[in-house]
Amino acid sequence: MAKIVVDVMLKPEILDPQGKAVAAALPRLGFTFAKDVRQGKRFEIEVDGEPTAAQLADVEKAAEKLLSNPVIENFTVRVEK
Amino acid sequence: MALDTVAHAQSNPDTTQPFAELGLKPDEYARIKEILGRRPTSSELAMYSVMWSEHCSYKSSKVHLKQFGDKAVKTDALLVGIGENAGVVDVGQGYAVTFKIESHNHPSFIEPYQGAATGVGGIVRDILTMGARPIAVMDPLRFGPADAADTRRVLPGIIAGVGGYGNCLGLPNIGGEVVFDQTYLGNPLVNALCVGVMKHSDIKLAKAAGAGNLVVLYGAKTGGDGIGGVSVLASETFESKGPAKRPAVQVGDPFVEKVLIECSLEIFAEDLVVGIQDLGGAGLSCATSELASGGSGGMKVQLDKVPLRDPSLSPEEILMSESQERMCAIVEPSKIARFLEICEKWDVTVTVIGEVTDGNHLEITWNGELIVDVPPRTVAHDGPVYNRPLAQPAYIDVVAKEVINVPIPSTAEEIKATVLKLAATPNLADKSWVTDQYDRYVQGNSIQSQPDDSGMVRIDEKTHLGVAIATDANANWSYLNPYEGAKLALAEAARNIATAGAKPLAVTNCLNFGSPEDPGVMWQFAESVRGLADGCLEMGLPVTGGNVSFYNQTGAVAILPTPVIGVLGVIDDVRTRTPMSFDRAGLDLYLLGETENHLAGSEWAYMHNQRGGVAPIADLQREMRLIELLVVGRTKKIFTAAHDLSQGGLSATLTEMVLRYNTGATVQLENVGLALLSETPGRVVVAIDPSQTAALTSEAASQKIALTKIGSTGGDSLVINDAKISLTELRTAHTETFPRLFG
Amino acid sequence: MKIGVVTFPGTLDDRDAARAVRHAGGESVALWHNDADLHGVDAVILPGGFSYGDYLRCGAISRFSPVMEPIIKAAQGGMPLLGICNGFQVLAEAHLIPGALTRNHELHFLCRDQKISIENTNTAWTSSFTQGQEIVIPLKNGEGAYMCDDQTLAMLEGEGRIIARYVGENPNGSRNLIAGITNERGNIVGLMPHPEHAIDSLTGPSADGLGFFTSVLKAMVK
Repeated sequence: MAKIVVDVMLKPEILDPQGKAVAAALPRLGFTFAKDVRQGKRFEIEVDGEPTAAQLADVEKAAEKLLSNPVIENFTVRVEK
Repeated sequence: MALDTVAHAQSNPDTTQPFAELGLKPDEYARIKEILGRRPTSSELAMYSVMWSEHCSYKSSKVHLKQFGDKAVKTDALLVGIGENAGVVDVGQGYAVTFKIESHNHPSFIEPYQGAATGVGGIVRDILTMGARPIAVMDPLRFGPADAADTRRVLPGIIAGVGGYGNCLGLPNIGGEVVFDQTYLGNPLVNALCVGVMKHSDIKLAKAAGAGNLVVLYGAKTGGDGIGGVSVLASETFESKGPAKRPAVQVGDPFVEKVLIECSLEIFAEDLVVGIQDLGGAGLSCATSELASGGSGGMKVQLDKVPLRDPSLSPEEILMSESQERMCAIVEPSKIARFLEICEKWDVTVTVIGEVTDGNHLEITWNGELIVDVPPRTVAHDGPVYNRPLAQPAYIDVVAKEVINVPIPSTAEEIKATVLKLAATPNLADKSWVTDQYDRYVQGNSIQSQPDDSGMVRIDEKTHLGVAIATDANANWSYLNPYEGAKLALAEAARNIATAGAKPLAVTNCLNFGSPEDPGVMWQFAESVRGLADGCLEMGLPVTGGNVSFYNQTGAVAILPTPVIGVLGVIDDVRTRTPMSFDRAGLDLYLLGETENHLAGSEWAYMHNQRGGVAPIADLQREMRLIELLVVGRTKKIFTAAHDLSQGGLSATLTEMVLRYNTGATVQLENVGLALLSETPGRVVVAIDPSQTAALTSEAASQKIALTKIGSTGGDSLVINDAKISLTELRTAHTETFPRLFG
Repeated sequence: MKIGVVTFPGTLDDRDAARAVRHAGGESVALWHNDADLHGVDAVILPGGFSYGDYLRCGAISRFSPVMEPIIKAAQGGMPLLGICNGFQVLAEAHLIPGALTRNHELHFLCRDQKISIENTNTAWTSSFTQGQEIVIPLKNGEGAYMCDDQTLAMLEGEGRIIARYVGENPNGSRNLIAGITNERGNIVGLMPHPEHAIDSLTGPSADGLGFFTSVLKAMVK
């Protein structure tokens, strides 16, 4: 069943203390791969059947109005199988 | 898919059942068959196994806890005693206050945030269920050594969980404890206390009375939280449906509980329930069997009506689920419409799942088939009662012979170094790093919170009537002498109520011990309960309820016996309370009570790795006279400040007093080292205006409490004999420990 | 002189805000989130708490409540509107004031007696104070860091729309120590700390918070 995925991230210029805390914790566990970490949100939206273009357009509007705060966040919308 | 119905159990008596995996002993399983006259269905087996577990049935502790009832002081102030969800006391002016403390130790070790959060959630629901608005919480917490890796793993999560849940409920945190000790490494203790207030007429009880009345489940939907071992049954009767998704840990949602509180209070205000019970440990099994046995005797429940978060749950799992934020109410048919309306206003899920019946049957059906038919009392109250063997452990006589040999400061440099060392040690250091994560202001009635001796809340805005609560334990003393240790903790908590001038009224307790299968631990438990019961009788304070937490141990090593005693007191006018400390110069400082050599079990001895010796012997008559002096002294306005002495002795008390409002003091002490470090019980430091000297002397004499002038207030240092410690230096030592340890 | 105090599911400081209104000499009116009727109030307070459990983002769901429609309309017409803490977050989500509130920079919930300075006494809610007056009121939140882009910040500073600033160490990471801001007109104020918990020294650190409530009562008399 396909679903519509909306990823919401803080805008790059906004301080992300949670991402910073994660980045600081990784080396303590022996993981040294991370140069930087930022934390965001992922919404998985189930629709009946395959998502239509109209539905995707609506999701964009919903993402702008509710799922994200455009003052501090960016979002992307895509379909995932 | 064969549903294990009553009929199926009757016609298949020889089916092997996994009673041992569910924690039941062979004789307990046999007893169940005897009670039912057949083998139990898998649902019935699940119910008995959880309700007869130590946690729910108190089977190892019942015989000892009986003393709280047997030795109970007769008092009109006790409106609801042991046996209900929480005790209720009359505090005057038509108000009743309910309070209780509970543990959530093991879950907090596994999942610190959720373990602590759901611990708070659970105790708050217990208070709500009595018909009260919860008004405050407290959290006595105990961890392994402050610098241990596992402490750094659990402490931040536990603090965040207590704060996260309590803050979101809008309950001020008015105090608690943070104690570090090697003994709790691997076994942190998370005890949570809640207090609520209501009018006498609002008191609700957990009974399903009145045949034909409806059984109503409301609150969160039911999921697979906390099912744990019951999955064994699920796989017995159902095909597995994919990856395991049965979390053993309960996850809380404080928003749902906040809404539940407001919704319930509106329901109570309109008198829409006959009985009510919250769903905690053992979920629906507990709620239905307890409500039924407390009321008319019987109940019919349609389990398939329970609203589910996870539709794949089996009936056994639904019965065992410990999903949070759920309540079960008994509602008369004429009132159900209004009940549903209020739930709808608050958007709370609500379902009628059954009805009360006469007789002795709790009958539960699943899609019309009978899967449970048990006498409810046998599930909820007539569980096994163990009389576990107990034996004084060998260590008692061994440690009693230990002679405490610690450095005793005498020179100015030594005194200064000692005071600074104690100020900075994690057990005595400033706890703002912790308490700043808690909202202490919400509801606008907090009068005292950390670091004061007790939490105090105003309950009437016009008359300024208030209540004070303190919790205390001293595992060091309980280890050396469990009987005296319990009495001493009781006296300390009561004293902490009295320093503000409130009058102690009632007691709750959270008894944290190792395995009851260890005769030495069982002896510690029995002695502690005996000490607490005797102490409460002597002090005239009823035990209103409490909690037992066994099995706090790693392998064969039990934690030090840690009975946490909570005392509730009342004050007629919070505006006249005696504050903990002073903010001006020119006051005289006195020590109430004699100091003797009581270094055994002290913080200083612990810091030097010496845990042996002989505990003090409690003198409760003297403690009661001291309490009377403090309470009367407040009404006569003798005291400007009063602060209790406990861990860290006079050194800690003076440190805390001068730093509280940044006002120094100068004291002269004889035998200064012992004076600073000894932890003789029954002592308080008071500050008085010199004009009150005669009044204090007279009151102390009439209460036969030793009185020693030790110095006066003022300046920007703590001066002890020749030692001078600037407040700046003292504050730095006191406040940098927690940020350094926990970031 | 009626001041409406809104209750969303999860609101916590509504009764405390109502008490503060009474102490200041006004009459408080309880407004329910689902009721799109302001019942003739002269001003509105959005109190603190965890409305909708802070789901999605603080205030993100509350801002769409039925009661918000008449509130927004009235505020755009000049009605005094104060958002405290969670209320501030709702105002930001509703775009009645610019910027957004984000997680405290040290990630912990922080409850402390906070010194702030009042920097704009020309708003409906701050006229009882003197310019630069320092007061101590409780700060208690987990998401109090005020964020906005540089352009917005320059505008707020330039137009004097920062009504209160933290004094001393930055408690939560707010840009330019911003503790409260106002709209162009000066009738809508968002404030992070809690004046309703500083109405007397018995239950709070001071009585400094009363000034916010006496200000609006004065404003309504005019």
